[in-house]
Amino acid sequence: MSTTPLEHDYIGLSESSSVPRSSDKLSYSSSSSSCTEENYTSSNKACLNFKETELRLGLPGSQSPGRKPSHGLSLFGKDIENNNSNSNNTNGYAAPSPLKSLVSGAKRGFSDALDGASRNWGLSINGKPDAELGKGAVLYSPRGGLDDKCKIVKEVDVLPLSPKPVQEKKNQVPALNENEPTSAPAAKAQVVGWPPIRSFRKNTMASNLVKNNDAAEGKSGSGCLYVKVSMDGAPYLRKVDLKIYSNYMELSSALEKMFSCFTIGQCDSHGLPGQDGLSESRLMDLLHGSEYVLTYEDRDGDWMLVGDVPWDMFTETCRRLRIMKGSEAIGLAPRAMEKCKNRT
Amino acid sequence: MESESKRKKESPNTAELAVTASFPDEVLEIVLSLLTSHRDRSSVSLVCKDWYHAERWSRTQVFIGNCYSVSPEILTRRFPNIRSVTLKGKPRFSDFNLVPPNWGADIHAWLVAFAAKYPFLEELRLKRMAVSDESLEFLASNFPNFKLLSLLSCDGFSTDGLAAIATHCKNLTELDIQENGIEDSSGSWLSCFPESFTSLEVLNFANLTSEVNTDALERLVSRCKSLKVLKVNKSISLEQLQRLLFRAPQLEELGTGSFLQDLTARPYADLESAFNNCKNIHTLSGLWEAVPLYLPALYNSCANLTFLNLSYTALQSGEFAKLVVHCPRLRRLWVLDTVEDKGLEAVGSNCPLLEELRVFPADPFDEEIIHGVTEEGFVAVSFGCRRLHYVLYFCWQMTNAAVATIVQNCPNFTHFRLCIMTPGLPDYLTNEPMDEAFGAVVKTCSKLQRLSVSGLLTDLTFEYIGKYAKNLETLSVAFAGRSDRGMQCVLEGCPKLRKLEIRDCPFGNEALLSGLEKYESMRSLWMSACNVTMNACRRLAKQMPRLNVEVMKEDGSDDSQADKVYIYRTVAGPRRDAPPSVLTL
Repeated sequence: MSTTPLEHDYIGLSESSSVPRSSDKLSYSSSSSSCTEENYTSSNKACLNFKETELRLGLPGSQSPGRKPSHGLSLFGKDIENNNSNSNNTNGYAAPSPLKSLVSGAKRGFSDALDGASRNWGLSINGKPDAELGKGAVLYSPRGGLDDKCKIVKEVDVLPLSPKPVQEKKNQVPALNENEPTSAPAAKAQVVGWPPIRSFRKNTMASNLVKNNDAAEGKSGSGCLYVKVSMDGAPYLRKVDLKIYSNYMELSSALEKMFSCFTIGQCDSHGLPGQDGLSESRLMDLLHGSEYVLTYEDRDGDWMLVGDVPWDMFTETCRRLRIMKGSEAIGLAPRAMEKCKNRT
Repeated sequence: MESESKRKKESPNTAELAVTASFPDEVLEIVLSLLTSHRDRSSVSLVCKDWYHAERWSRTQVFIGNCYSVSPEILTRRFPNIRSVTLKGKPRFSDFNLVPPNWGADIHAWLVAFAAKYPFLEELRLKRMAVSDESLEFLASNFPNFKLLSLLSCDGFSTDGLAAIATHCKNLTELDIQENGIEDSSGSWLSCFPESFTSLEVLNFANLTSEVNTDALERLVSRCKSLKVLKVNKSISLEQLQRLLFRAPQLEELGTGSFLQDLTARPYADLESAFNNCKNIHTLSGLWEAVPLYLPALYNSCANLTFLNLSYTALQSGEFAKLVVHCPRLRRLWVLDTVEDKGLEAVGSNCPLLEELRVFPADPFDEEIIHGVTEEGFVAVSFGCRRLHYVLYFCWQMTNAAVATIVQNCPNFTHFRLCIMTPGLPDYLTNEPMDEAFGAVVKTCSKLQRLSVSGLLTDLTFEYIGKYAKNLETLSVAFAGRSDRGMQCVLEGCPKLRKLEIRDCPFGNEALLSGLEKYESMRSLWMSACNVTMNACRRLAKQMPRLNVEVMKEDGSDDSQADKVYIYRTVAGPRRDAPPSVLTL
């Protein structure tokens, strides 16, 4: 049972009718993998609509809810006119202001989802039924049931950031600019054969991703292990191959280099040499200080602090990295320790 | 030679006799046999009847850009002495799954005709053809002189077919298997080369996945002393590669296997000396899963590299920049966009001889925004590499100004293929269409032969193309244009246009029918997801009997709409092997 008062609901409002429902659904799912995706999605949608009304959140890159709901369509063409007043480092298709609100709302939503989830996961760790314990022990060989659960939880956590986990890649390129009087058959969400890349190349690249997910199945030393890295406030993501680092120090310094152009509130991807040095060390301070925290999403869909577990264990379970603002990560530490305890 | 008996000359008058006798056909044939360019030969054959015959007797190589433009019977009747055949089959958009399966382009009927008429066939190069194991077995068994097999973007066969080739082709010099839809069930085909077999010069199995017997491979490489090109697949480890390199110091083109291994320092030194041992390597590819740690082993070898293909290696900008510093002689470079703009800046700074650049996207279908390359990288390359004339560039954003700068720096573009991956995206700084970008390209680059456009484009782009791109032969258009006028401008304005492929554009019947006479001077036209109706296609087919007008219908679409149209000139008439989903009008 939940002991945390419902002060912060999923989107930061004190009273909410939707969140308790969704959390109920979550607790329902934690006991077994029988919670279907449909059940989840409907409560999910309820949250989404509520969010859209209140904070104008949406899928990455999309505009305010007044726009067409077609995935990503509103990114392009004249829709972004009004938002293009920023430095030339911003990508035209990811206008910073909506993205910022997206990210900030996401952070709030995320941390609240975290709190929400913790009611079911964190506490369930303490007083979990045997099924849970079993699940904890077999963390690294996910079975079908686990995957369902993973998907469900992942969608809660990452909904503001991305609607799909890494491995569920589809050809989700938006169709046409709706301002264009084109004649394509009814606007498809997926565009066949675009971008124009040979199937062979497509399949080869896709199999690299599959390999990432298989990496935990014992294929050490082979393949690459690409995970996405996002940083709060940065306009785009990066990817790192965990296989090329052998410890946390190497990873953290590589990330520092990668994101050194992003200091708090500033977006400067040019980074003149002098400034690079300055902002790199500044970022280091930030990372080592309380400003930013490096977190990762594991196979269960939980967000953990990086550094708690042995490096090898980390590379096997890490699905995704996120450089989070320190204030957002407060709830993480205890849970990570708890989870660790359960593994040993 | 049976020439005398086959030459039926009409009885000329005395004067003509004197003229022709002074220049015997045999001499003419010898002279013409020195001509290798297909276009020169075509021109020669049009001069007069004698030259036509001399040319057809002396021709040994034939290139057929569209396998349905001619039939095996017509081909073998005209050219009796062919040793080398190049055939291209499906429309290019089949690479992107736009063509229904079983569309056609099956090689088998051709092989049967060749077995009868060209038993001494030596070379077969196929692109986008349907090839079965049965066909490969037939090939292996019926052509004792067979030397060269190259399959690119083909499908329908498996490694069993390759086994047949390896087993029976005693004179094989080249086996080049690239990017095919091959069913790779096992690597045992490689072990089928007999121990007595030593003639191999080119072996490329980089795109196969199954493990091959490394001992067999090593023995094969050892005994084929003329081996110049070796491109292995991912299953070959670094250690195995080292042994192969020591066996083949004469190699000129190398495709490595997996460039990843748990190595201690000693094997690293071995790796470096293995590469240093091969002083003639000018082309390098493969490098699957390359870990930055081992790249320095290549640095010495890079000094002579002219072609570096890293398009399957996800290098970051730092490690790529360190590598490219060692490649001053590079002429062709293929990379993934993981190298980012910084990596391309390094290219601009270090590779002044660069002529060709291809940047492929590592994550084209990702929903989230991952950086890749931008216009800045392209601009940086253009400042440093003034000889650049071939570019294929996948990016997420572009500006008109950047493209204008690029072509100002590099006015010699012959191939300009720019793919802004989000359809219909405008200049991200000005929010204007990308018309001026492509306008700059066609105005500045008078030698332009091939152009692929993208981004938000109005009819103005096509006006520019029609007005300025006088050497343009191939044009690819997607999600562009405003009205029929766009397509019309191109059809009216580009005299050398041979291939036009269009998808998802608002071009309709008027545009289609405006090109009636034009299509006979072109190889083919592809239009899909445009505004073309069945009736217009029927009219076109009726008026132009020497064109094949094929329509592919999609399930659930309006009956009157022609979803996908493929039109090509042919002397072979309508084809008889089309599947039910393809209607020939």
